[in-house]
Amino acid sequence: MKIAMRTAAAVGLLLSMAACGGNQDEPETSETTEAAFAKNPYPSTYEPYPSGTILLQGATVYDGMGGVFENYDVLLSEGNIAGIGEGLEAGDDVERIDASGKFVTPGIIDNHSHLGVYPSPGVSAHSDGNEISGPVTAEVWAEHALWPQDPGFTRALAGGVTSMQILPGSANLFGGRGVIVKNVPSRTAQGMKFPDAPYTLKMACGENPKRVYGYGGGRFPGGAPYSRMGNLAGYRSSWIEAQAYKSKWDTWEEEGGDKPTRDLELDTLKGVLDGDILVHMHCYRADEMAQIIDMSKEFGYKISSFHHAVESYKIADKLAEEEICSAMWADWWGFKMEAYDGIRENIPMVHQAGACAIVHSDSDIGIQRLNQEAAKALSDGRRAGIDISKADAWTWLSANPAKSLGIFDQTGSLEAGKDADVVVWNADPFSVYAQAEKVYIDGALMFDRTDPDFNPVTDFELGQPGEGDVK
Amino acid sequence: MIRTLLSTCAATAAIVTAATAQDVAVSNANLWTGEEMIEGATVIIEDGEVTAVGTNLSLPSGVTAIDADGGWVTPGIFSAYSRTGVVEVGAEDATNDVAAPMSAFGPALRLADAFNPRGTPVDTTRIEGVTRIAVAPGFGSSLFGGQGFVANTSGEPDSITNDRAFTFINLGEGGAGLSGGSRASAWASLRAAIADARTFPARYIASDEGDVLGRLDAEEFAPAARGQQLMLIAVDRASDIRQVIALKEENARLDIALVGAREAWLVADELVEADIPVIIDPYANLPGSFEGLASTQQNATRLIDAGVTVALAYFDDDSHQARLILQSAGNAVANGVSHEDALRAITSVPASIYGVEGGGMLAEGSPGDLVIWDGDPLEVMSAPTHVFIDGVEQSLESRQTRLRDRYLSLDESERPLAYNR
Repeated sequence: MKIAMRTAAAVGLLLSMAACGGNQDEPETSETTEAAFAKNPYPSTYEPYPSGTILLQGATVYDGMGGVFENYDVLLSEGNIAGIGEGLEAGDDVERIDASGKFVTPGIIDNHSHLGVYPSPGVSAHSDGNEISGPVTAEVWAEHALWPQDPGFTRALAGGVTSMQILPGSANLFGGRGVIVKNVPSRTAQGMKFPDAPYTLKMACGENPKRVYGYGGGRFPGGAPYSRMGNLAGYRSSWIEAQAYKSKWDTWEEEGGDKPTRDLELDTLKGVLDGDILVHMHCYRADEMAQIIDMSKEFGYKISSFHHAVESYKIADKLAEEEICSAMWADWWGFKMEAYDGIRENIPMVHQAGACAIVHSDSDIGIQRLNQEAAKALSDGRRAGIDISKADAWTWLSANPAKSLGIFDQTGSLEAGKDADVVVWNADPFSVYAQAEKVYIDGALMFDRTDPDFNPVTDFELGQPGEGDVK
Repeated sequence: MIRTLLSTCAATAAIVTAATAQDVAVSNANLWTGEEMIEGATVIIEDGEVTAVGTNLSLPSGVTAIDADGGWVTPGIFSAYSRTGVVEVGAEDATNDVAAPMSAFGPALRLADAFNPRGTPVDTTRIEGVTRIAVAPGFGSSLFGGQGFVANTSGEPDSITNDRAFTFINLGEGGAGLSGGSRASAWASLRAAIADARTFPARYIASDEGDVLGRLDAEEFAPAARGQQLMLIAVDRASDIRQVIALKEENARLDIALVGAREAWLVADELVEADIPVIIDPYANLPGSFEGLASTQQNATRLIDAGVTVALAYFDDDSHQARLILQSAGNAVANGVSHEDALRAITSVPASIYGVEGGGMLAEGSPGDLVIWDGDPLEVMSAPTHVFIDGVEQSLESRQTRLRDRYLSLDESERPLAYNR
């Protein structure tokens, strides 16, 4: 029996780029920190649903680490991946599922979604994704607007998406905190929150902030920022404030005395400077990304991922050097000036340069077929002479987004000990005809295309035309 | 796998020097004709038109012979609904001619006046195998968006083939908002406009104003109102679709097609009865608005099974991504549509909706629009290897491929990349 168990140490090594402390749900350990303020007052209440031991047998397996294995088994036990291998032994009480002719992959992780904050139906009352009231709104948190009844979550589930990052929009320089969720139906946002995931901060470059504020409200000129110069000045002014704020707290933690007054906005920025909160920054143009990289060094923080990043191919070498991920579409372009130079080979060219490439959606439609987006990018890259295997391309869908979100120690690959977030596809997921047949989250079957009992229906769709229909 | 009998250099030179039709024969093709599959087929194109399709054909002398080696060959793909060539950069108003909300005109707006055949989205669309486009206006100042056109994607100055192919009308939520705030006002406006246009010019002798249409709008809307031009109506909710069906029942000569039609599957039999074709996005499966609560990716297959004429389109970014209809059609297959019906829905069906004779087909007399693919055209990993429009082999370059080629190597040790072209 051949078995591809991987050790915890190996998992640890692969985490290096996403290393960060201050997980959301970690108990507060330092006495002074505890006395300062709670860093996670809206903790996850998610508990994995009951699951037995399941043996998926005889599948083609993309392990999410660049490996592909024919006629392999995947064993899910107690909500975790117990192992993958050929002809795995398991007891009589194990549920065996014939997966021959099918494909098994880690669940897809979308690190850029607005499900729940820009939900369906897209009525004006649901427009909760941008706190447009000012260019710096680091004080707002996406989870406080997340509507778990968004039907989009169920469609994403049917597309094999097991986790995602819900982000505020890109109107603001600092849009607020993102939240990472497991794609499980829940009555509350807390019930979806990914346990022990770090917080994230959404920032935005370029056209959006200057359009919304500089040209906002029909006035000319509107407020700051009006230009890309103003964008940079806006971020830097805030970081200077955040440094001073951090310094006050650091001094207080070391020396005591009068407790500093809390500032919700600066709490978040201080979290970034402390290395607890990961920065996800909407940025299209290559030259702009280079400016932002310098700014991150000026203030001493790390950028986890540039989002949209349609010009990452122009500076893929620099992004590799800086170990910054690019979360990209396969082929979106031209809808605004900073997207004009989008090309279909962006993702493979970033990968080829040794940088971290991610396929993201930013769309309630695109999130349903991220596997196809990876396939398009892969084939376009191959035609341009960039030879990447399908197994390597799967890192764009699971492992790399997990790294960018700081959750790769828990999910994103089929390694022993990780969460059993697993998809069984009815065909090679690099084909347009493939569909996710079964989706497991923490080992529990949350979606089964062949069984209506495993197709969740949100409150919104209950009692409406099309309720419970095949979507 | 594909071997041309001319040398590559000679073929390239021919393309560069003149956009004249080649006589070309593609043999050994796994051919979709627009109506059926034929294995081992040969297609002969002479003087820009298809002159023969079949098996065991003998080739006329002097044709460029291409052996497709058993590979896929289709007619040029027909985009049933897009804004290709009327927008360069979506968010830059000066380059975006989709909608004219500040104009006093409605049906008189001819979007063909705005078409730029050299726009970069035309190239990026063509090189993915889409050779014909029906281009629709967006929301105007009223429920009338204006008149759309049909063009090819060659980029040539004469590429519009029908500059007044259809009148585009927004009903449902969109039309209500544009005509007074209610579906009731939208329908009152539409009925009045039809009456205005049908009585043109008589009622305009005494006055320049009708009930809703001014003189020019009435004149321009007259063909559609009299059933001599297609009315393309954007509508989604089942009850709104029934209203359109009722309109046609009252005015049997109207030529109506629907676009959007998210809940069309709920009224499939009535659509068949009324002989109204639909253009749908097979992805639409979210209740994005209250007029699409019953949206499902089963829409296409349920409509086709009922006998409705269905064309597929991609609505999400219709100015720059019309090329994605192949992927959309592939997804329709994954959701139950037969492969042939999906191909039909992006070739011969849209051509027939827009009255393009022989369009979306490879049959004797069809335009010489032909694509050779490196795999199943509906597969996301496939792409064209040759594209012909009216018998002219097309360049497979675009501004995007030029950018790609510039940046494939980031080596600037000798000179900046700006010198690399």
